[in-house]
Amino acid sequence: MTDAARIRNFCIIAHIDHGKSTLADRLLEATGAIDARNMRAQMLDTMDLERERGITIKANSVSIRYTPPGGEEHLLNLIDTPGHVDFSYEVSRSLAACEGALLLVDASQGIEAQTLANAYLAIESGLEIIPVINKIDLPAADPERVAKELAGILGGSPDEIIAVSAKTGAGIDHMLDAIIEKLPAPEGDRAAPTRALVFDSYYDTYRGVVCHVRIVDGELETGDDVRFMATSMPATADEIGMHLPASQVVKKLHNGEVGYLITGIKEIDLIRVGDTVTSAKHGATNALPGYSEPKPMVYSGLFPIDGDDFERLRDALDKLRLNDSSLLYRAETSRALGFGFRAGFLGLLHMEIVRERLEREYDLDLVTTAPSVEYEATTADGRILRVSSPQDLPDRGILESIAEPFVKVMIITPSDYVGTVMELVQQRRGEMGEMTYLSPTRVELHYQIPLAEIVYDFFDQLKSRTKGYASMDYEPAAYRTSDLVRVDILLNDIAVDAFSTIVHRDKAYHYGRQMATRLRELIPRQLFDVPIQAAIGGRIIARETIKAKRKDVTAKCYGGDITRKRKLLERQKEGKKRMKMVGAVEVPQEAFVSALRIDE
Amino acid sequence: MLSPDSIELADMAARWRSAYVHIPFCRRRCPYCDFAVVAPGDPHADDLAGLTQRYLAALHAEIDIQSEVDNGLAGESLDAINLGGGTPSSIGATAIGEIVEHLDSRFGLAPGAEVSIEANPEDVSEELVDGLLAVGVNRVSIGVQSFDDEVLRFLGRAHTAEQAGAALEMCVPRFACGVDLIFGAPGESLDSWRATVASALSVYPHHLSAYGLTVEAGTALWRAVRAGASAPDPDDQADKYEVVQAAAADANLVQYEVSNYARPGFTCRYNLSTWGQGEYVGLGVGAHGHRNAVRSRNVRSVLAYVKALEAGDLPEAGREVPVEPEMERLILGVRRSCGVDLGEWEEAAASHAGLQRLVAAGVIEIRRGRLRVLRPLLADDVAATVLSLSP
Repeated sequence: MTDAARIRNFCIIAHIDHGKSTLADRLLEATGAIDARNMRAQMLDTMDLERERGITIKANSVSIRYTPPGGEEHLLNLIDTPGHVDFSYEVSRSLAACEGALLLVDASQGIEAQTLANAYLAIESGLEIIPVINKIDLPAADPERVAKELAGILGGSPDEIIAVSAKTGAGIDHMLDAIIEKLPAPEGDRAAPTRALVFDSYYDTYRGVVCHVRIVDGELETGDDVRFMATSMPATADEIGMHLPASQVVKKLHNGEVGYLITGIKEIDLIRVGDTVTSAKHGATNALPGYSEPKPMVYSGLFPIDGDDFERLRDALDKLRLNDSSLLYRAETSRALGFGFRAGFLGLLHMEIVRERLEREYDLDLVTTAPSVEYEATTADGRILRVSSPQDLPDRGILESIAEPFVKVMIITPSDYVGTVMELVQQRRGEMGEMTYLSPTRVELHYQIPLAEIVYDFFDQLKSRTKGYASMDYEPAAYRTSDLVRVDILLNDIAVDAFSTIVHRDKAYHYGRQMATRLRELIPRQLFDVPIQAAIGGRIIARETIKAKRKDVTAKCYGGDITRKRKLLERQKEGKKRMKMVGAVEVPQEAFVSALRIDE
Repeated sequence: MLSPDSIELADMAARWRSAYVHIPFCRRRCPYCDFAVVAPGDPHADDLAGLTQRYLAALHAEIDIQSEVDNGLAGESLDAINLGGGTPSSIGATAIGEIVEHLDSRFGLAPGAEVSIEANPEDVSEELVDGLLAVGVNRVSIGVQSFDDEVLRFLGRAHTAEQAGAALEMCVPRFACGVDLIFGAPGESLDSWRATVASALSVYPHHLSAYGLTVEAGTALWRAVRAGASAPDPDDQADKYEVVQAAAADANLVQYEVSNYARPGFTCRYNLSTWGQGEYVGLGVGAHGHRNAVRSRNVRSVLAYVKALEAGDLPEAGREVPVEPEMERLILGVRRSCGVDLGEWEEAAASHAGLQRLVAAGVIEIRRGRLRVLRPLLADDVAATVLSLSP
């Protein structure tokens, strides 16, 4: 047990690639928590995808014992935070478990939008910030410029900013000193009823749900009867421990400490990030603030290419959800794509990660429909419906108006690209807000943009138009009524639900035209002419025709080679099997996949 | 006389036994051809005359071995012999006569058997005609391909339209004579094709084959198309197919298969037998055989073929027993105008969504258990759908 005065709880706020994981590794090494030989590069990022993309999706924590030269032993709890805007709620809960944060910035690149957004969030949460400039060993490093920029944002003098190289270890000791000297020790009342913040949880096949907790008040002891306050779920503290970084069982954790808690609960839904654990008897009456339900921002249909895989897809989603309670889904039936799911995601990255994990870890081939947001449709009789699938939009006859979610977007870009960025935002129906110069060459821009406009390749466009220099962050803003319409795509007079979309009226024609042209190229010729139409209600806005197939026969059979002939026909038969029937039209699965691909 | 498209004839053809003899030698290699062929300039073809002699010796050796094989055709007489190529006419009437005679002595020829060879116009002379007749050849298919010299040049042919006309004039009066045409070469106009068909029909041939130009992998044409040259256009080919269909009907030639038309009594037996799942012995390089329900194929390299037989071995490259012979019968049979008896699949066909769509679209009809393709240009679509009757 460590006296709260000798505990420091902190996180590292950093942009992707600015070296957070390497710095964490270096800390573990410098404090002797793990020796260099046993070190797996980037200890904290455990999921394959995290390692591959260089991002953190799940928060981890690690406790480090460290004795400064001539001082007493301290316990440093490094709480990892997700590094992406999609996971901002998880970020906020991780921050709530800390008293301080290292703001890590690449010495050659300067601060990025997401980092700045998280830094603001940390400051608002009352955290003490220690700015750290990393990668000073790189030839392109310009620590003085970055230090000036940071001092401009956070106040203070550029000279006080710590410069390190997580790669070489330079400056790490200096940083450790700063953690102990500058960051406040945790407060909290040991005598008060127990309150522990769940800042992360994951599912272990053998142990059930493992929660990462920060004890705020009181203490938690093995065998205690506890209660999760948001869900009112009673449980028993079967095991309590710390990550050093290897798991080590402890008898109890007290206020200020960070560790894990296993209760034997198997359903991740019952243990939510942000919930408060208290004692079953004489427990706290007020939960810790800040808890909220996960709220999806982006929706998409997930359909197995092979209809027989529906149950496998359900199992896979169920399994993913064990570890990711923010993933929501319900079964959905599409006339065109068959049985599948409508899934809600925290954002585009979250969606992409889920899709990739389904395909990679569960070996599923999926058709993903165009990402959509949740609209609010007001009917003539004043009812308000939440619509996350274009199919659910009420008929035009009874539809009064449609409102769409807007987001507040912050973009940081070199000033040379301000014009380019403005142009992009205008194309996406954005409204300009404040514009602030962070330094003579870097600008912080604020906008309100419809969420639907940024879920569609906005980030990629921003990156490519600014040669990768701009960064962005966004947070939800209010709903606003817009002139939105549903565009349906009709194949041989039958609407193909998978291609329906809700778009701004000004963009409807473009969508219809593009989809009709693409489908004409992707769908093979049939036995009859197939009209492809794009329609708003009953009005046709674009039309293409797939001309009837007239010839499908090989001229002859060379030298009596029946075997080859049969093989060719077998291949053709297999091709037919992969077709989905839309009315009388055979549509290859690949056509759905390609037509719905965003990046074309 | 049975009509070429009659069910009775097709059923007889299924019981006919044939020999296919492959003669690989050509004056030049046509850019679209992917047969086993030897042409001047090929590796190992410096001494073409010598190679031809070795090849013919090997071929005779194969006839000996194959006729000893106790499966299917041995001891049974042949209803048809077909010499294909390559260019069978290039080896001359004497060599052809020796092959026919050898087959007769080993297998026996049924009375009225078809003895057919493919000939290129530039090889046809009165002397060849006399020679072929003397050795028992009674049927000749002339590789005319087109009556448009520009198209002939594109197709890499060694003859002119004039030579083609002359060859037909010599052959039509003396043999059951077929004209082979190729349509849809890039650059061939619809008018050019109409003129070709008219010229072909003007000599009153007994038989007409019209094949759409196909780009076969590995050929010079295929390489050219891959490099950006225009490929045959399926709609253009469909137009031309309809032209020849109509013209042949006007000339009283009856269509009995996707690409073949004949006057009554002059169907190509070997051809009709192939689509009727009939049995045939395949002789020569790259030849395919079908005996006792086993499908076999010979090696495609002339040298490998010759060496195998010189060592006393069969030059076989592979063989297989079709997994579902009944299904094979169906997918072959759909190419015939008379259609195919669905047999055990009749009930399944009645409730098969894909086939019923084809019925609704007027592509096929199913009557009294028999499936007939009404639009032969879609025969592969039909065959692939028929295949899906079996899981």
